[in-house]
Amino acid sequence: MPAGSSFVRIRLTRPPMTAAEVLTRDQVDRAIARIAHEIAEKHPETSSLVVIGMQSGGVWIAERLAGHLARIAEAPLTGSIDVSMYRDDISMRPVTPVAPSRIPVDLAGRTVVLVDDVLYTGRTVRAALAALNDHGRPGAVRLAVMVDRGHRELPIRPDFVGKNIPTHLDDEVSVGPEGVIVARPGADV
Amino acid sequence: MKHLLSTHDLDVPTVAAIMNVADHMSEINARSVPKVPALLGRTVASVFFEDSTRTRVSFETAAKRLSADTMSFSASTSSVNKGESIRDTIETLSAIGVDAFVVRHASSGVPVSVTEWTDASVVNAGDGWHQHPTQALLDAYTITRELGTGNTLAGVRVAIVGDIKHSRVARSNIDLFARLGARVTLVAPGMLLPAGLAGPGITVTDALDDVLPDVEVLYMLRVQRERMDAGLLPVGGEYSARFGLDERRARMLSGDAIVMHPGPMNRGIEMVMDPAELPGSRILAQVRNGVSVRMAVLFRLLGDGQLGA
Repeated sequence: MPAGSSFVRIRLTRPPMTAAEVLTRDQVDRAIARIAHEIAEKHPETSSLVVIGMQSGGVWIAERLAGHLARIAEAPLTGSIDVSMYRDDISMRPVTPVAPSRIPVDLAGRTVVLVDDVLYTGRTVRAALAALNDHGRPGAVRLAVMVDRGHRELPIRPDFVGKNIPTHLDDEVSVGPEGVIVARPGADV
Repeated sequence: MKHLLSTHDLDVPTVAAIMNVADHMSEINARSVPKVPALLGRTVASVFFEDSTRTRVSFETAAKRLSADTMSFSASTSSVNKGESIRDTIETLSAIGVDAFVVRHASSGVPVSVTEWTDASVVNAGDGWHQHPTQALLDAYTITRELGTGNTLAGVRVAIVGDIKHSRVARSNIDLFARLGARVTLVAPGMLLPAGLAGPGITVTDALDDVLPDVEVLYMLRVQRERMDAGLLPVGGEYSARFGLDERRARMLSGDAIVMHPGPMNRGIEMVMDPAELPGSRILAQVRNGVSVRMAVLFRLLGDGQLGA
């Protein structure tokens, strides 16, 4: 357990959940800074990168990464992508688009850093790869995530990870600038 | 709600949800390859018992840009001429496999009946004098995006001009615009104003010149020539003199007012000037937005299985 972690009992209308803070605000800040350095190390021409956040959870992380890259090296292009129209589970569950995609440039030949908060089954990333291709065929796509929680259903692997967190299938992982919390149904402290 | 039959189906949160999805569709439509796989494997059948090339093409384009398959059925080329009933037609197409019917008919209420003959979603593409809900949605969407009012028409001053009584576009738009908070002025000769339209935010006049300086949106209705022939409208020149948009009236509009028309225009009757000379014209924006809004409606009905938020 990382220093400063704490357990909080939270009550929902659903079964009781036990929530554990697994990353503090400071740890999230440091993880983003570290990932930015790793990106700059692998891709020194940062001004030619396109850093694209996935709606909605990846957008703020992409913006923070781009800010770090601008300080470390040169500012990359930034954008956001909504993958609703490319999901493979449309009609299996409600799919509500968040905000229209904003892709700043034709992606043909570009290196894209795709950013999300949580990597889980990999299906959202698959949809994002299809969506990106409709804005031009990227030269390469790299994947950066704050949390890799396991349980992949597709052969997808992140290139940059804030933290690997083993989870149960019914855990709920929430990521924000203030920290990362994992809530587990029914578990006792 | 798995159908869109009337603007009465459209409460404020539902309209907001559709408009937000329509923004996504506008982004897609602006791409060099405007197509997404969202409705791959679904089938949309447009079943038109009354001619309308524009609305049909708009719906079919919307379905195709979402990767749905399309079927097209029109009365003039179909076995309706051989006496096949509407119900037989719907049941036959349903058996082939249809996820959504887009229905137009000259009689009010036909789309509602269609819902009883199929498990598919039904979208009303115009029924008699009754309703044309996607037209109202695309018009409301166009106004909000042109004026930058978010997903509301609160306080927006709209004048709707022409044959209110026989127009399903007017009926649908008045209902939806008022629900979204617009202040609607109906401009028409008394005999073309149906009773019972008065309501909160709705006023009536027959003096077009008086309302022009104050409106933000001037909505010109299409004149149905057959109604003129039937003596229900002042004939050509007199109608244009009282209710047509000419260069003199265009100059009376405020500089940022927008002008809309559901198409197709009667040049020389309600549109006396060339709309290309009209800086406020948003008639082509309406056509573009029509595809986005119909994509949003089809996506919500077939993707989520419900129209609302």
